[in-house]
Amino acid sequence: MSNNIRFVQGNEACVEGALYAGLEFFAGYPITPSTEIAEQLSSRLPKIGGKFIQMEDEIASMCAIIGASLTGRKVMTATSGPGFSLKQEALGYAIMAEIPCVIVNVQRGGPSTGIPTHVHQGDVNQARWGTHGDHAIVALTASNHQDVFAMTVEAFNIAETYRTPVVLLFDEVVGHMRERLVLPEPGEIPIVERLRTSVKPGVNYHPYLPREDGRLPMSDFGGVHRYNVTGLYHDMWGFPSDEPKIINELLHHLMDKIEHRTNQLARFKEFYTEDAECLLISYGSSARSAREVVEKHRQRGERFGLLELLTLWPFPSDLIRQKAAGARLVVVVEMNMGQMCQSVRLAVDRPERVFLSNRVDGVFISPSDIEKTLHLIQGKGV
Amino acid sequence: MAVKDYIRERFFPHMWCAGCGHGIVLNGLIRAVEKLGIDKSAIVMVSGIGCSSRIAGYLDFHTLHTLHGRALAFATGVKLSKPELNVIVPMGDGDALAIGGNHFIHAARRNINITAIVMNNRIYGMTGGQCSPLSGYGTLASTAPYTNVDQSFDVVQLASAAGATFVARSTGFHVQQMTEIIQEAILHNGFSVVEVMSQCPTYFGRRNRQGDAVDMLKYMQKITTPIGSKAKEQNPELIERGVFVRKELPEYCSAYDTVIRRAKEGK
Repeated sequence: MSNNIRFVQGNEACVEGALYAGLEFFAGYPITPSTEIAEQLSSRLPKIGGKFIQMEDEIASMCAIIGASLTGRKVMTATSGPGFSLKQEALGYAIMAEIPCVIVNVQRGGPSTGIPTHVHQGDVNQARWGTHGDHAIVALTASNHQDVFAMTVEAFNIAETYRTPVVLLFDEVVGHMRERLVLPEPGEIPIVERLRTSVKPGVNYHPYLPREDGRLPMSDFGGVHRYNVTGLYHDMWGFPSDEPKIINELLHHLMDKIEHRTNQLARFKEFYTEDAECLLISYGSSARSAREVVEKHRQRGERFGLLELLTLWPFPSDLIRQKAAGARLVVVVEMNMGQMCQSVRLAVDRPERVFLSNRVDGVFISPSDIEKTLHLIQGKGV
Repeated sequence: MAVKDYIRERFFPHMWCAGCGHGIVLNGLIRAVEKLGIDKSAIVMVSGIGCSSRIAGYLDFHTLHTLHGRALAFATGVKLSKPELNVIVPMGDGDALAIGGNHFIHAARRNINITAIVMNNRIYGMTGGQCSPLSGYGTLASTAPYTNVDQSFDVVQLASAAGATFVARSTGFHVQQMTEIIQEAILHNGFSVVEVMSQCPTYFGRRNRQGDAVDMLKYMQKITTPIGSKAKEQNPELIERGVFVRKELPEYCSAYDTVIRRAKEGK
């Protein structure tokens, strides 16, 4: 029997994934239902010479990981609902200054303090548009612990590759549920290390001058290259600029580096989608119930399928349009008032066939909840 | 090294108004670093938002121009991640003590080895002269047209109470003293706070009828006195200059090394 098998909470699977990916610095603040991530890392990080700090608030935690990332470390913070709101200011900074970092949001019910110990998936659009100004963002999610682990590793890889913050949008059910996790062997999942500049000492290094492949090699603070980092629009030196050409080019660069790779960044799972007449689209813990519904109907010979999204942003419009093309019905299963459903309607042809199956009372959406929606849609009553 | 070797000349002329005190602080800071002989690549300067924060961009260190009030939070990440770096944080009064007040007291409480320089000109300069938490009762500002009824913080008392292990005050008039204090603050192993009273003739001076930059500098000379001077006994209204707190407490990054050792030993 392998000793790589654990029986853990989703929050612990996230911790394992982060350490596997090379996490070295974590700053956080206690908040339900993400606190276990901070607790575990306060114990695990110093054992490997890493650093954990409990900051004075959520804002400071987000700022501290950006500072640490600039010294060359892989960094993460974790929070929930109200804490995610507080991080938006510095999240925008990380987008603008192109700082690799990972932000976990174990979603709970909102708005405001909402319902801290119960499940919701109401931060989907906040992950996309929470910080002010035009921008692009990567947000990943998962419905089970093996995928929580894998998506956490993926988040670090994407953050390092594209010099961008990546949001991990888990939810209370996934965060607190316990199930089996098989830890991959070192090397089993590829790890992206930070791309550092090869510019020699004494030669001008431009922190914001992309290479031919679009990537921006970094230089750690404390190294031989001294440069400026700012949240203002900036030139290739990182120095503030209000030149229209520079503003225009930088904003397009920040959008394009993510949005132009939407298909490349689209992670998903599919179950019986090829011939599905009724396609369920779901993500996070609600995808577990959606899958059970699909399996049950398949056993009865009904053509049900499930598209489980692991990448929520950039929104995989092409993927959804393609997978939904042959379906008579598209049902989006989520625990909010239809945040993803809205995006799905925008993505597909004939949006009138897209329906929402949701639950927003803090109770986990069950397969029978989804069945009730299906009955309604098909005119079979409640 | 000459002073000019510490600045990024291509970004000059600077954006401060004529007569602004921040250039004097920049000068004092450079001379302090020069006297200490610290390698430019061993210094990270982290700043927030405001007139004072632009000091970072002009200096040839690793420079991180962050968000309004948040410089100390970013700086904490830099310092804890790489404790061998010297981290210096120039801040304005509004930046440090209004929007950044929480980060300020907690950085002090943690006693992390960062040097915070509060360039106190008693006004929000960049946004056009609004009152700050250091403007003081009875002053005039663009958001206090009928006089300010907000009491002000005393930076020295606040920093001392919050746990900073080095706390000092100087002014733009007392350049020699300012340079010496900044030197000592950088060398101090713990959180150090240096308040430098700086003049803003454009907004604070004009609105409060304090005259031009030279008048304001002379006024600073008049209203301040060395700590414990006879003049202070005779006139308690005088503001004291010098080093108020100089004490040893466990420094945060060194203390965290103990945490790492305990974790590795399984204790």
